[in-house]
Amino acid sequence: MARLPVLVYPDERLKRISNPVTEFNQELRDFIAYLEETLRAFPGCVGLAAPQVDRLQRIVIVDVSSKPDIPHHGRLILVNPEITERQDEAVGREGCLSVPDYTGNVARAGRIRLRAQDAHGTMREFECEGYEARAVQHEIDHLDGLLFLDRLVSRRDLFRRKKYK
Amino acid sequence: MKQWFMLTVIGSDQAGIVSGLTGALYQAGANLGEASMARLGGNFTIMLMVETQTDEAGLRRLLEPLARAKQLHIHIDRIEGRLHEHIEPNVRIDVHGADRPGIVAQVTAALTAAGLNILDLDSDVGGTADKPIYVMVIDGHVPGGLKAILPALETVRLSGIEVKATAIETLVG
Repeated sequence: MARLPVLVYPDERLKRISNPVTEFNQELRDFIAYLEETLRAFPGCVGLAAPQVDRLQRIVIVDVSSKPDIPHHGRLILVNPEITERQDEAVGREGCLSVPDYTGNVARAGRIRLRAQDAHGTMREFECEGYEARAVQHEIDHLDGLLFLDRLVSRRDLFRRKKYK
Repeated sequence: MKQWFMLTVIGSDQAGIVSGLTGALYQAGANLGEASMARLGGNFTIMLMVETQTDEAGLRRLLEPLARAKQLHIHIDRIEGRLHEHIEPNVRIDVHGADRPGIVAQVTAALTAAGLNILDLDSDVGGTADKPIYVMVIDGHVPGGLKAILPALETVRLSGIEVKATAIETLVG
């Protein structure tokens, strides 16, 4: 196995829209193993999307289980993921392996329902909340060519939203 | 040789301060670093990192026409750049209540004693002239995280200040 090089902004390749996975074969599962190995090489990192390692396919891994006291599903391998429901809004701080030395506040849905295939093509459904929901939305954004930089909110705006909404 | 300066600019708020300042710097070949600019009361304030070949006197001469035209006070300090060394905050402290002298001093004294390093602080005076309210948001880093500052905040709360602290768990994906 090998760790894959991670693309870093402003690399234009991070702006591309990824294609759906249509073939669920051994090559796909090998790639997912590489993707996971790459993710594990960065302690504290809770997700990685295929386009971040220059593979233009709708595949992400999310694993927030290392964070204490939050609800989670363990390691999630999401192929062709699709968010079917969004509820609530929460603001949290995000950073990204593809954007070194910068973090910022981003508003995300606090609860989501999603549908995705696993590495064998079986369709599954999940409900995520809080930190895990944020991680899933952050990774799925990568599949649509979006970085958290595209969704920044200022802290002052943030406070006003919270007070007057 | 290029060197970094911190430019502090204060003036009565009016359109065109930022574009006038940064335009003059750009035309003189300067490069900008990080900045914080805000309207505070009726004043516009700028803290701006500038990297330039020019020395302090040259920078002053360059900005003199703008300062005169827009009635700006400009202060210049030689600094180290030290970019790409961001410290990640791990706690946020929200404070609000009826405005009165001493809120910031009391809150920050308690937080400093608990080991907090303030990375970012914004505050506003809202409400009305006869009933002003004070709102402050602090992002900071404290070894030991949220737990380390909770007892300090309890003391502040007892003195009648509304203060709330939350952990910042930055998501890296």
